[in-house]
This record gives sequence, C-alpha cells and structure tokens, in this order.
Amino acid sequence: MLPGFPEAQPIHGAVGGILIGLAAALMLLGAGRIAGVSGILASGTKIGSSGMSVISAWGFLIGLPLGGLVIALTTDWQPAVFAGWPVLVIAGLLVGFGTRMGSGCTSGHGVCGVSRLSQRSIVATLTFMSAGFAAVFVLSRVGG
Amino acid sequence: MSVARQFLPPLISGLLFGAGLTISGMTDPERVRGFLDIFGDWDPTLAFVMGGAMIVMAIAWRIRSGLKEPIFDDKFSLPDRTDLDRKLIVGSALFGIGWGIAGLCPGPAIVSLALSPLQVLPFVIAMMAGMLLQRFLAAVLDKKS
Repeated sequence: MLPGFPEAQPIHGAVGGILIGLAAALMLLGAGRIAGVSGILASGTKIGSSGMSVISAWGFLIGLPLGGLVIALTTDWQPAVFAGWPVLVIAGLLVGFGTRMGSGCTSGHGVCGVSRLSQRSIVATLTFMSAGFAAVFVLSRVGG
Repeated sequence: MSVARQFLPPLISGLLFGAGLTISGMTDPERVRGFLDIFGDWDPTLAFVMGGAMIVMAIAWRIRSGLKEPIFDDKFSLPDRTDLDRKLIVGSALFGIGWGIAGLCPGPAIVSLALSPLQVLPFVIAMMAGMLLQRFLAAVLDKKS
C-alpha cells in the first residue's frame, strides 16, 4: 500500500485516526474536557483528578472497549500477540507511573495537546516518542 | 447536571475512540512497536493515525475558541499550565520506555480488556499499581519539601 513499507496500513491508520480525532473533538466541544485516557482512568478510579466526574469518566471507560469490540466483531480483525507477563508487568508499571507523573499519555498530550500547540504537550510527546524509539532500539540489540 | 448529560457524551466519545484504535491496528502491540522501530523495519502506520486525529482536533480547537461553554456541560475544564518542569520530562520518558517495551499505552490497553482480556490483564493491573505508586511517592515527597 505504501511504497517501501509493505507492513504499513496508511488508509486504516488515517480512518482510525479521524475517528479518534472525532472522539476527542466530541469530548472537547461536548463535555469541555480533554480525551486523555490516563487522566480519565485516574479520575474514574479516584487515583487522581483530571476535573472529570466519576460518572463521565466511566462513560468513556466503558465506551472504549465496547467500540473496539464492535470493530473486532464486524471486520476481519485478527487477535494480537502480546509480550509475556513479566515484560507486561514492568511496562505497565512504567506506563502507569510515567503517565501520572508526566500528566498525560499518547491521547492527552499527543492527540489533544499537540493539536492545541501546547508547549508542555509538544515537549512531553517528543520525550515519550524518543524514549520509545530508544527502548525498542536497545531491546532489538539485546535480542528482546 | 443530569446523569445522562454527564454519561452519554463521554460514552459516545469512548466508543468512537475504541473503534478508531481498533480499525487503525493500534491495539496490536507489534504494530506500535513497528512504528517505534525506526532503525529496523519501520512501520509508519501510527503516524497516519496521529496525523488523522490531529487534523480533526486542530479544527475542533478552532471551533472551541468561538464557544463560551461546551454543548453538554456548563463550563470548559481544560489544562492551563504552560511551564516545563522536570516531572513532565521524567514522567514522559518513563512512560515512553514502558510504551516501547510492551507496545502498549493506556488507550489500547483498556480496549484490549475486551479484545484480548487475559493477555492484557497483567499490563492493566501493573499500570494501575504504577499510578497508585506515583500518587504515594508524590505525597511523600510533597511532605518532605
């Protein structure tokens, strides 16, 4: 589909991206809030507050897997392969700790903040992207 | 504000968000790691996802600047900080390392609770533990300073 990148799925990517953008736009223009998954997760579980009510947070958190399920059941979706549980536990701890400490993740900083031209979100996104590149590079060198 | 007005807009937002992540293949950790593998077999799909989402959101921010209040709520509750601090950088770096190790960030992890529940469960439990640990450490450090 994309010359030089046999694995890439640019059309699926762009269509999915537009849906994510519409989701974040509805959250912004409808509910007046940022569609940042880590912040909403913290609000829903009362671990932290992102200014969203528990009811609103759970609306989003219930919709998220249901939306995925609808696509998985209506398309030729293939189950994904995950890392083993020790790797998932280490990664999960880092993701949970880091997104709270850094006030956001791929959705809040990446999608919502960068498009707002927020200085904090642009720096956060450049940082977690660079760290992600580095982590994958190091693991590929040690055979991970 | 009624429960329906609080619950339904985020529910629909979540449905669209989960559908978008699944259509675009972002619930597949290998595809995400393929994007982060810039020195290997690079898979640019994630850039198209980000691009599509950001174009829509750039328009939404324009519309927002003309609104006094959101459509289904009384007021906007948006982050207003502009300072760059060490917590932002260190936190984002830790997140990025975890993201690269497993190919999972919070959104796809929550969607995977429906798509691949048993496989993703250790990640989600550890992620919640990481959030709690951060809150605990932040509280301890705040007391000291």
